[in-house]
Amino acid sequence: MKIPFIDKRLEDIYSKVLNGSRLSKKDGICIYKTHDLIGLGQIANHVRKSLHGNKAFYIYNMHLNYTNVCKNRCSFCAYAKDDGEKGAYVWSIEDIEKKLLERIDEPVKELHIVGGLNEDLSFEYFINLLKTVKKIRPNATIKAFTCVEIDYLSNLAKLSIKETIQKLKDAGLEMMPGGGAEVLNSRIHEALFPKKIGHKRWLEIVKAVHKAGIKTNATMLYGHIETTEERVDHLISLRDLQDETHGFSAFIPLAFHSKNTQMSHIPSTTAIDDLKNVAAARLMLDNFDHIKAYWVMIGEKLAQVALSFGADDLDGTIIEEKITHTAGATSATGLTKDQMEEMIIAAGFTPVERDSFYNPIK
Amino acid sequence: MDSLNHILKKIEDNQRIDINEGLALFRHTDFLTLANLANQKRFDTHPEKIITYVVDRNINYTNICVSGCRFCAFYEPPNQDQNKGKGYVISKQELFDKIQETIDLGGTQILLQGGMHPDLEIDYYVDLLMYIKDNFDIHIHGFSPPEIDFIANKSCLTISKTISILRKAGLASIPGGGAEILCDDIREKVSPNKCLSEQWLEVMRQAHLQGMRSSATMMFGHLEKDIHIFEHMDKIRRLQDETKGFTAFIPWTFQPDNTKISVKKKTSVEYLRVLAMSRLFFDNIENIQASWVTQGDKIAQTALFFGANDMGSTMIEENVVASAGVDFMLSKEELTRLITKAGFEPRQRDCYYNLI
Ligand code: SF4
Ligand code: SF4
Repeated sequence: MKIPFIDKRLEDIYSKVLNGSRLSKKDGICIYKTHDLIGLGQIANHVRKSLHGNKAFYIYNMHLNYTNVCKNRCSFCAYAKDDGEKGAYVWSIEDIEKKLLERIDEPVKELHIVGGLNEDLSFEYFINLLKTVKKIRPNATIKAFTCVEIDYLSNLAKLSIKETIQKLKDAGLEMMPGGGAEVLNSRIHEALFPKKIGHKRWLEIVKAVHKAGIKTNATMLYGHIETTEERVDHLISLRDLQDETHGFSAFIPLAFHSKNTQMSHIPSTTAIDDLKNVAAARLMLDNFDHIKAYWVMIGEKLAQVALSFGADDLDGTIIEEKITHTAGATSATGLTKDQMEEMIIAAGFTPVERDSFYNPIK
Repeated sequence: MDSLNHILKKIEDNQRIDINEGLALFRHTDFLTLANLANQKRFDTHPEKIITYVVDRNINYTNICVSGCRFCAFYEPPNQDQNKGKGYVISKQELFDKIQETIDLGGTQILLQGGMHPDLEIDYYVDLLMYIKDNFDIHIHGFSPPEIDFIANKSCLTISKTISILRKAGLASIPGGGAEILCDDIREKVSPNKCLSEQWLEVMRQAHLQGMRSSATMMFGHLEKDIHIFEHMDKIRRLQDETKGFTAFIPWTFQPDNTKISVKKKTSVEYLRVLAMSRLFFDNIENIQASWVTQGDKIAQTALFFGANDMGSTMIEENVVASAGVDFMLSKEELTRLITKAGFEPRQRDCYYNLI
C-alpha cells in the first residue's frame, strides 16, 4: 500500500518496515517527534494488520488489589498509603474469598493481582492468597505481582528469585503483569521512585522470571519527566531482552495521571501523545506479539481509535479498577462484554475474546 | 473497488463527489485512509499550521419550549405544573452579568439561543438584542433557524422581514443549530414540531441574502441512516453554491442520555469518519469544526488530523448538551495546550474566522 506522507521522514521508516529491517534509536525519536500523526498511524496499522488481521482482542478479567499500604511511596503513585493512614486497607484471605465469591457467576478468565509493599504481610500470606484464588477460581489464569513485588517477596522469604518464583508457581502463579519498570532509566528512578527497584534490577528479575517459564507483560509509564530519548531507550531495552528470552507477551503504554500524586502539577497526556506511544511501541517492538491500548488509562473513546494506530488488544472487561481511578482517570469504571464488542465492531475490527495466553474463547 | 478508485481519483483531482460517491467512500474506505485524505484536503485548504478557536459564551435566554424534540434533554414544557417551576426566562440582570463576565474573560461574542416560548413575540427579541447592544460592544451570534421560523409565525411576519428586524436590533450572525438532519422523514420522527428542512434552508438563504453569515451543523447518530447524512450535507452544499454565506460546518453526535430516543451513542471512530467525510464533501465550505463538547478533549484533539481546522468555542456554558449528561469543560488554557501539543499554533478568531 502506498501512503502519501506529509512528513517525508516517515518514508524511510515505512520502507524499513516493509523490508523487515529493525528500526534504530534515531527512527524511534523521529516517530515521537513527527507531526504527521495519520502517516505514522498508517505505518503502525500496517504492521498491526499483518500480525493480527482484523482481530481485536479483549479479556474478561477481574482485578484484585490486595493492599494499598506501601513502603515505597513513589512520587507518581496516587494509590499507595502509609499504614494507619485514612483509607489504607489490606484484605485478609477471607476478604479475598468474599470478593471472589461476589462475582463467582461471571465468566472471569483472568485474575490480575497486584498491591503495595505492605510490611505486615508475610510470605505465607502470598502463598495462601494464590492458593485461595486457585481454589475458588480453578479455571481462571492467575496473573500476579510485578517485578517490584517479586524482589520484595524474595527478600521476605529469604529465597533466591528463582526459588521464590518456583514457590509462587507451585501455589498457582501462571503469569505476571508488566508494571514496576516505569521508565528504565536511572535519572528517572532517582527522581521518582528512589526506594523502588531500579532499572538493572528490574531487567534482572524479569529475565529470571522468563527463564523460570513465566510470561510477563511490559509497560512504560509516560507523560511525567521523561524525555523522548529516554522513552526510545526504554523500548530498545525491552526489545533487546525480548530477543534473549522471548518471555514478554504484550506491551502496554501507561499514561501518567497526576491527580492525587506528589506530581499533580503535571498536566495529563494528550491524545496525540497517547496515540504516538501506541504507534511507537508497535513499530519499535518488532519482537512483541501484542500492543495493548489500556482503556482505563486513556479513556474508552481513544482506546477505540488506538486500534488503528497499532494496538490489537483492549485489555479487560474490568468492572472495578482502583489504581488509575484514584489518580483521577475519567474513563468509565467498568465496561461490559457487550459494550466492549460493540466498540470494537464500530471501529471496523472483529472482537476476539481471549484467555491470558491469547487463545480465543469459544 | 474500481468505482472506489474512481472516487479517490476525483478527490485527488479536486473534483466534487456526489451523494452516492460520498456514501461509497464512507462505507468502504479504511479509517486511516479516510483520515489521510481529509488531512491532505485540510492542508490544501489551510496550508498554515494554525488551529482557530473562539472565546464566547452560550446564553440560553429561556428553557421553556413548545417543541418537545425527542432528542432534547434541555427544555421544560410551558405549563408550570409540568415544569415544576424549573422553567425560566433570563432576567436582564443575569444577562448583563453573563455578558460582562464573557468580556472579562476575553470573549468576543455570545451565542444566544433558547426554546420556543409560546408567550414571547418579536418585541421581546428586539428588546433583548437592543438591551445587549446598548450596554456592550459584543458580537451577537444568535437564534437558530427554527427559532427564527417560530418567531416569524408567532408574530405573523415573513422570514425575511423577521430577519431584517432582528438584524436592525443588533443580531450579527446566525448559528447553524436546529438542523439535526435535513430530511423531513427523519425530522418528523425526532423533532415533529420543529421547522422542516425547507424552512431551515430558507431562513439561512434569507439571512445570507441580507448579508449575514451563518454556520451549519449536523446532529447525527439518532434515527437517520447513512444516506441521510449525505443528503443533509448535499442540501447545505447546494445552498452554499447559491449564497456563499456559510462560514463553517460542524458535525456532532446525538447524546442520548435523558432524552426520549434510546439508541446506542455513536463511538469516537464513527464520529471521526463522519468528520473526515464532511471535509471531503464540502469543497465550498472552508472551515470544519471539531466538537469537544460532545467528544471530549482527546477525540477533539485527534479530530485535528481528521479534517478539522477549528476547535470551536471555549463555551463558558453549554446547557443544552450538558443536560444530556455530557460535561466536558475546557478552559482557554487547556484548549490552547491541546492545539499546541498537536503541533499547531492556536489562534483566537472572531465569528468570521478572522484571526484576532
Ligand atoms: S507505585 Fe507501586 S511501589 Fe510505588 S508506591 Fe505505588 S504501590 Fe508502592
Ligand atoms: S431542541 Fe430546541 S426546539 Fe427542540 S425541544 Fe429542545 S429547546 Fe425546544
